[in-house]
Amino acid sequence: MVPTNYYVILSAILFGLGVFAFIFKRNIITIFMSIELMLNAVNLAFVAFSQALGKLDGQVFVLFVIVVAASEAAVGLGIIILIARNRQTLNVERVDLLKL
Amino acid sequence: MLPRTIDVYRVLPELVWCGFGVLAVLMQPFVRSRNFFTFLALIGTLAGTAASISAAMRAGPGFDGLVQSDSFSFFFRLLVGTVAFLVVLAAGPYLERERLPFAEFYALLLFATAGMGVLASAQELLTAFIGLEMSSISSYILAGYRRDSLKSTESAMKYFLLGSFATAFFLYGIALVYGSSGTTMLTKMGSEELFHSKLFELGLAMILVGLGFKVAAAPFQVWTPDVYEGAPTPVTALFSAGPKAAAFALLLRIFATVPAATHFWFWAFWGLAALTMFAGNLGALVQTNVKRLLAYSSIAHAGYILVAFAAVTSMARDGSAEAAPAYAAVLFYLLSYALVKLGAFTIVSQLGGTGEKNLSLDDYAGLSQRQPFVAAALSVYLLSLLGLPVTAGFFGKFYIFKAAVKSHLLWLAVLMAVNSIIGAYYYLRVIVVMYMRESSAEVKSAAPVGFPLTVNFVLAFTVVGTLYFGLFPNRVLNFILQPALFGR
Repeated sequence: MVPTNYYVILSAILFGLGVFAFIFKRNIITIFMSIELMLNAVNLAFVAFSQALGKLDGQVFVLFVIVVAASEAAVGLGIIILIARNRQTLNVERVDLLKL
Repeated sequence: MLPRTIDVYRVLPELVWCGFGVLAVLMQPFVRSRNFFTFLALIGTLAGTAASISAAMRAGPGFDGLVQSDSFSFFFRLLVGTVAFLVVLAAGPYLERERLPFAEFYALLLFATAGMGVLASAQELLTAFIGLEMSSISSYILAGYRRDSLKSTESAMKYFLLGSFATAFFLYGIALVYGSSGTTMLTKMGSEELFHSKLFELGLAMILVGLGFKVAAAPFQVWTPDVYEGAPTPVTALFSAGPKAAAFALLLRIFATVPAATHFWFWAFWGLAALTMFAGNLGALVQTNVKRLLAYSSIAHAGYILVAFAAVTSMARDGSAEAAPAYAAVLFYLLSYALVKLGAFTIVSQLGGTGEKNLSLDDYAGLSQRQPFVAAALSVYLLSLLGLPVTAGFFGKFYIFKAAVKSHLLWLAVLMAVNSIIGAYYYLRVIVVMYMRESSAEVKSAAPVGFPLTVNFVLAFTVVGTLYFGLFPNRVLNFILQPALFGR
């Protein structure tokens, strides 16, 4: 059996990749996907810990996270569509009306 | 397992808020009258706030300890309920002027309020997460409510991206805490060995990052001015008072119930407090847009509250009885701050004019001659933010200062005093512009901006509240300082 540590480390790597992409990517959709990647890293961690602890509640948490991520995606995509319609661009660097 | 009736009573305020929100959405296709929805939302916010009294009378843990109905959650439910009520009153004329749909606005406002209620009463991390998301997701939409405005949609996008980024951190923190302690119930995290667990420490740190975003603590504060400026002003009023108070409530509850948290978090709070105060106050110095200025000032005030948190951590090591005054300082500060920010943003919203054009400091020149009462009210708010005696802000700052000195955080107390002096510059500058400078001829000839009855009510309520708590702070403090603040 694969030790739990491996799963947790994998989830940490996925989460790190998500953070990295969030900071360095310029397309709003890609940024949004990197957030989804981070949330899925959380899911992996929950399931791995749940397995290691021998408790089921971690797997229930994952269902909650998936539902919330879905509703967040619905709202987020709506906002992204508004941006695309109002500005004809999805590059975050050109969405810069508000600044110092 | 079926929930018992008593469990339902303990989350009644949230149920009422959600119920009225759903009702507003359902009625939307059938009812044309705008006043109807305002009325519905007013009743909904009031009913939910009244239900929090009923929840407080049946105090105790609900749903096997997922939520806790105690004096602490009662205080915050009352606070966010009142904030929502006042925002509804202030938003009506704004929505009318900007020709925005009513029903959805109120529904989202009620959902956000319910989320804040959950956040304030949650005693389990995943429940807190659900509450956080309920309020955040509604807030994202509210920020972009003027959907044809470039600024409003931009603010929604920034809020959404950074907010979900923070949520992911919060959630990963919960996963690590779950992995190291085997539970997400705050009450079950009392064991000694957690003090030595690195995984637990990392989890708590990530939870702190997530909540730090929500309360706009530096270095996680960059989104605040942009979102506050772009969002419709009544929504900004809500943001600055509601979600912030709720996120602070969760932080306080984690502190009060998890001993290891106070152990780990002390230096984190010291640094956050110092950074946040300076980030807010130095940023505000150069602002010429009133909305942005108030946004930076709200960052600064989050910093002052974090000073009290540092005091709590340092006191809680010696036993929670000692820490009670510091908790009280946070709660009192949040109350006084919410009143003031609501009032100030309501004035900004009303003076902004159609399309929110008149937001610059120059538009406020000579306001005292054109609209003396409005200028006087705004001065009361600014003086309370500054922390002058006779206003609630004075006692808020005073108690935090006292808590900091008592827990031997002298350096932090000094930094706080320095920041209050920096703050005086930009608050007084607004007052000087209003009272000493002449308005331009063009503005002089225009008719004064109308203030409808509902808006006047909000202003009267917040001004009287600010002065009342400034003169009789003990009325609230006696309630906050009762021993059973956190039900066990």
